Amino acid sequence: MLLTITRDRIDPHALLDAVQRDEHGAALLFLGNVRNHNDGRSVIAVRYEAYAEMAEAVLREIAREAIRLPAEGAGGTPRDGAHAPTVAVVHRVGELAVGEASIGIAVAAPHRDEAYRVSRYIIEEVKRRLPVWKQERYQGGLESWLPGAVPSAGGNSG
Amino acid sequence: MLIRVLLFGAYREWAGAGELGLDVPEGITVADLTETLRARIHGLDRLPARPVVAVNRAYSDSAKVLLEDDEVALLPPVAGG
Repeated sequence: MLLTITRDRIDPHALLDAVQRDEHGAALLFLGNVRNHNDGRSVIAVRYEAYAEMAEAVLREIAREAIRLPAEGAGGTPRDGAHAPTVAVVHRVGELAVGEASIGIAVAAPHRDEAYRVSRYIIEEVKRRLPVWKQERYQGGLESWLPGAVPSAGGNSG
Repeated sequence: MLIRVLLFGAYREWAGAGELGLDVPEGITVADLTETLRARIHGLDRLPARPVVAVNRAYSDSAKVLLEDDEVALLPPVAGG
């Protein structure tokens, strides 16, 4: 599975290629992009910082949980083998300009319901517990660290 | 014993360093260590009473006892995505 923290631009095609299987009829790509505004302020750039070694371990944990979500319409049990969803997640660090992607999540699954649920699970858990920090730079030269989520010990209570 | 402490985001800026080596007594807990950092490291007196801590790259609770050469990281609230 492709699960990494990178300083390079995110390549959406590489993410989709990484998840495609002949068993999978649904493929989804989610991109989180840098916006030019937040809380009424004009954002000109964003800097992301990660505890990279831990973040990659947490991404593996989240991905493992996501592909084991019970599949609706499949008797409520997780799919396995060739029918298990496949995922790829890349989070970028460093200085990003407005419009650039900070995170890319690709999911493929046999059917769309599963793909949407897996993708949604991954982004919500990333927001909740991936050790990454975000600093915004505003028009006028000010900078601030964004308030965030407080992960709990053990990390995966969800 | 020697403990390696990593700091990120705002905590790194407050301390003026991303990494500290600290000589601490055997048997020290995560909670003891954060108290020591608040008292000893200029800038880290602003740390919350119970900051989020990872030990050896896993989220940890404050009662955990630290061992020589553990990698301890102080993590501000996370804001990825």
